[in-house]
Amino acid sequence: MEGDIAQMGQFIGAGLAAIGSGAAAIGVGHVAGNFLAGALRNPSAAAGQTATLFIGIAFAEALGIFAFLVALLLMFAV
Amino acid sequence: MADEAKSGGGLEFHPMDQFIVKPLFGEAGDAVHWYTVTNVTLWLALAILAVIGLLVLTTSKRAVVPSRGQSIAEMAYGFVYKMVEDVTGKDGLRYFPYIMTLFMFILCANFLGLIPMSFTTTSHIAVTAIMGFGVFFAVTILGFVKNGASFLSLFWVSSAPLPLRPILAVIEIISYFVRPVSHSIRLAGNMMAGHAVLKVFAGFAQVTAVAPVAILGVVAIYGLEVLVSAIQAYVFTILTCVYLKDALHPHH
Repeated sequence: MEGDIAQMGQFIGAGLAAIGSGAAAIGVGHVAGNFLAGALRNPSAAAGQTATLFIGIAFAEALGIFAFLVALLLMFAV
Repeated sequence: MADEAKSGGGLEFHPMDQFIVKPLFGEAGDAVHWYTVTNVTLWLALAILAVIGLLVLTTSKRAVVPSRGQSIAEMAYGFVYKMVEDVTGKDGLRYFPYIMTLFMFILCANFLGLIPMSFTTTSHIAVTAIMGFGVFFAVTILGFVKNGASFLSLFWVSSAPLPLRPILAVIEIISYFVRPVSHSIRLAGNMMAGHAVLKVFAGFAQVTAVAPVAILGVVAIYGLEVLVSAIQAYVFTILTCVYLKDALHPHH
């Protein structure tokens, strides 16, 4: 095995940061699932709310992207 | 780290190799200055040419019965127009040209990046941060010009109970200043992650045992990436519309 402790820490940290992506996936699934549940109850109102759906998904996803950013910074910038 | 990148971690090529900025002319190892023509320059120019080709050339004849290209251009125009009208309101339509430009540029850059061996310009934070911070500064300046000091009421949530408002103001201010970061990194992160996944699956294809599965995986993920390219362009523009709405109507 080559490398040192600092590099190992980088890789472990990047892997831990990737957990945040899974958390974002839960958030996005929650938004989309609740939208679908509401849309099936009242399909006529659903078409007007797709923009809101995408805004909600984008905001939920943003925090997962931050986790991805931390992983990238650990891998390539530190 | 350097050894790891060179050997690609066991793969024939490193999945992040596709994002390296290279000079277009001259040796591969040449220094890149701000004036150097690189592969980023080439693909940014191609994206602009694609937008011009789609929106200007196809609509130059303005036939009553539109051709295929003109229909696409008209559909794109109508789609963005309706989005601005729905999200920002009637008074946001003055800023429609800016939002249309952003949408078409990001869409074309994303789709051009999907061509094999091409370069995805929107996967670089340097490219998306210019657009994200451009929107941020434009919207902030516009908010102060339109509303004066009352633009600051955006941070003072008047519908909340009074003791909560200072705490909410701090949160609102932080989230306001994180906007350009998340706005630009969302686009760059999505494009970069998607293309890296494509290349990782392509790397598996050289192992004979899993090659059929890997190639099917590449095809499936490519389809997903086409969807993601369009959705991320849509998300970027719709968030621009939301920020614009906040600037024009800051009162909660």
